[in-house]
Amino acid sequence: MEVMMSIVCGILFMAATYLMLSKSLLRIIIGTGLLSHGAHLLILTMGGLKGGAAPLLGEKAKTYVDPLPQALILTAIVISFGVTAFMLVLAYRSYQELGTDDMDQMRGTDSHE
Amino acid sequence: MSFLHLAILLPFIMALFVPFFYKWFKNIHTGWFVLILPIILFIYFFQYIKPVSSGSNTYSTADWIPSLGIQLTVYMDGLGLLFALLISGIGALVILYSIYYLSGKKEELHKFYVYLLLFMGAMLGVVLSDNMVVLYTFWELTSLSSFLLIGYWHTREKSRYGALKSMLITVFGGLCMLGGIILLYLVTNTFSIREMVTQAPIIMEHAYFLPAMLLFLLGAFTKSAQFPFYIWLPDAMEAPTPVSAYLHSATMVKAGIYLTARFTPVFGLAPEWFWLVTGIGIFTLAWGSFHAIKQTDLKAILAFSTVSQLGLIMSLLGAGAASLHFESIDNNVFTIATVAAIFHLINHATFKGSLFMVAGIVDHETGTRDIRRLGGLMTLMPITFTIAIIGAFSMAGIPPFNGFLSKEMFFTGMVNLLEFDLFNVDTWGILFPILAWIGSIFTFIYSMIIVFKPFTGKHQPEKLEKKPHEAPFGMLISPIILASLAVLFGIFPNVLSYSLIEPAAASVLPYLLEEGESFHVHISHWHGFKIELFMTLGVIVLGLLLYIWLAKWNKIYRLFPQKWTLNNAYDRSLRGLEKGSLKIQEAYMTGFLRDYLGYIFTFAVLMTGWALFSKSAFSFKTDGNAPVGVYEFVLAAVMVAGTVTVLFAKSRLTSIIALGSVGYGVSLFFVFFRAPDLALTQLVIETVSVALFLLCFYYLPELQKREKLPFKLTNFIISLGVGTVVTLVALSANSQRVSETISKYFIENSYKEAGGKNMVNVILVDFRGFDTLFEITVLGIAALGIFSMIKLRMSRGEKS
Repeated sequence: MEVMMSIVCGILFMAATYLMLSKSLLRIIIGTGLLSHGAHLLILTMGGLKGGAAPLLGEKAKTYVDPLPQALILTAIVISFGVTAFMLVLAYRSYQELGTDDMDQMRGTDSHE
Repeated sequence: MSFLHLAILLPFIMALFVPFFYKWFKNIHTGWFVLILPIILFIYFFQYIKPVSSGSNTYSTADWIPSLGIQLTVYMDGLGLLFALLISGIGALVILYSIYYLSGKKEELHKFYVYLLLFMGAMLGVVLSDNMVVLYTFWELTSLSSFLLIGYWHTREKSRYGALKSMLITVFGGLCMLGGIILLYLVTNTFSIREMVTQAPIIMEHAYFLPAMLLFLLGAFTKSAQFPFYIWLPDAMEAPTPVSAYLHSATMVKAGIYLTARFTPVFGLAPEWFWLVTGIGIFTLAWGSFHAIKQTDLKAILAFSTVSQLGLIMSLLGAGAASLHFESIDNNVFTIATVAAIFHLINHATFKGSLFMVAGIVDHETGTRDIRRLGGLMTLMPITFTIAIIGAFSMAGIPPFNGFLSKEMFFTGMVNLLEFDLFNVDTWGILFPILAWIGSIFTFIYSMIIVFKPFTGKHQPEKLEKKPHEAPFGMLISPIILASLAVLFGIFPNVLSYSLIEPAAASVLPYLLEEGESFHVHISHWHGFKIELFMTLGVIVLGLLLYIWLAKWNKIYRLFPQKWTLNNAYDRSLRGLEKGSLKIQEAYMTGFLRDYLGYIFTFAVLMTGWALFSKSAFSFKTDGNAPVGVYEFVLAAVMVAGTVTVLFAKSRLTSIIALGSVGYGVSLFFVFFRAPDLALTQLVIETVSVALFLLCFYYLPELQKREKLPFKLTNFIISLGVGTVVTLVALSANSQRVSETISKYFIENSYKEAGGKNMVNVILVDFRGFDTLFEITVLGIAALGIFSMIKLRMSRGEKS
């Protein structure tokens, strides 16, 4: 299972990277979304996917799955959501102001012009 | 602390007060206040002659950074005393001269004297410091103050160019020297020069010996304007003439000479030292004197002549190091070279200082220093002419002036090298006297040019801006004193030998002396009919003939193409460096985010991949893994399909929905892997995210022309690399777990300690509550950020 999940994460990372290297702002944000999915799944996978009950003591099971990675992922999900929301609004605002979402046209103006 | 420390610090303290003198006493030339200091210092140092010449050297230590072995140790021996006297004595004369040279009304005198005092203090620090780090500090301070003084007339382009050039070259050398200091410290574990001299045999054997020596020599050669680093000196002539006289003839350029002399006991036994110091010195002598003749500016001639004379002193120091190969001073014919170096050092300071002042007077009184426009000043400026004759004849080596004596000794030193049978000197050594002789002929010619071109011949008043007349007496005092010294040392050279030269030679060649023994220097005018005498006669005769025919062979200088000069090489390499770095920077700083991301990803992939395989960290084991169920396999396939759809989607809606499907897939995985809280959160957040995407994309444009993502090979390779590396790292991390998980603690104590049964939630708010606090902060900041982005709108150029 871990092997399969590792490969799925690799595919998510690959697609995310390819999207982030593209020209359109929209695709870059989608890329970051895929990247965070990949990262979250990776944390879970690395915590081990061995069987066991959900981390609720009421289950009274012998073994539980590891609760720590879950707590970490929960924090990460919320943070990445905050960042994604911010980036989306930033993209929206920059399109309003600059009239483009093409990264090639959004270049620094400090040294070249 | 002692009076010696105070002597070094006084110029710096005085520099603090100069601006006040300038502001409060507008009617008195600031230089008069400054003048007091070097006179006091000179008298103070003068008192040391007696103890030092009887062999008792003083030193005194004060703490600076004792934990690093850096002490402010002042050491007064023969060599230090000689330089201290030169610095304070010529300093006083130069300040006196500058009082008449620089107008109190037109010039910003406070700056001038602050820089000059800084320089004087720094130079005293260089020659009196025993600790090498302190020496280096003062060394750089001389570079800095020289930079400020060369650029004194900072509105002139040429001054700035000259200042920058001297700064770059001397600081380059200074940094090399610092490298040498550090290497020597690693060998000897001390920064003290005196202790280093006692450890010279250990240093000789060490692997760092050669690099340390080369770095030191780079420092000495750049400062003392040796070939090929002399190029800064002619451009430094843009400084006011008192500065040129002081820094660029008598003191700063001799800092490299000082360093070479000071480290002769440490490095002198090595053949590399002998060849480099003697060889480069003698070559600089010939090269500098040859190039001095084509100059038309008086100060430029003097600059090249300084270069050449410094080469002479340097070569003598190298030749003097040959004497270290003998046990004692008895029958040691090579010590004469060291003595000659020290003697010529003093002589050069006297005649070159006076010649610079003469050049300044001519400039001041006629408005030009160009020898093509000057002529016939002899009758108009008789005193200046007399000083010029003394200075130039002394420089040319004509009796009875002091230059004659040191030149004779120089020839003796060079001829004696032929008897030296180490380092293959017997085969190549013949070059030394020959080059010395050729250099001396050219020296003779340019010395004649300096005297006779401006002062004799036809007077051309129409070419001059001012009507020339004799300089005011005050301006003449200093050159008169220096010229008188040149005559005095020429007629009675032995006033110097016991008082200054013997103790200085003892510091350069310390092990040759037995306990209580000292050098016996007797400089005589007449050695009988020896080869040196004929060499001098040859110099005078050939020099005179060549001077008379100067116009005929002068064309030789045009043969050397302008393109190949060292100055041109310096300029081109500087421009090339600038252009090259700009090109490199432009090549990779493209301004496209994409390119930068590409670099980052590539670097990450290469570094991680390299670490993974070079350290053979990769491993692959499947034991202990959970089995793959059908549900999971199908879900994984769905997620991969969703991902691929995002990649190939033509419209934004498709890609958003595909992204959403991947997100829901993730939350389903959370369900399968028994993470109910995660699944809940993921579900909600994915929904909100997709809604947000939809909301925002409503205002964003359609994907360009509804095109699918164009395929780019490099991007594909990079992303394939990222995906592969992530998978490989995940696999190997999974295959080699280092330690057990700490989660047992959470499972056991969630209820016992925290009173909760949902372990994830207990971790979030109890065991690791801080994470949650700041994650809340992140959300708050994001919300505020979004709010302000939408609400606060400042159009371009508008100010709040």
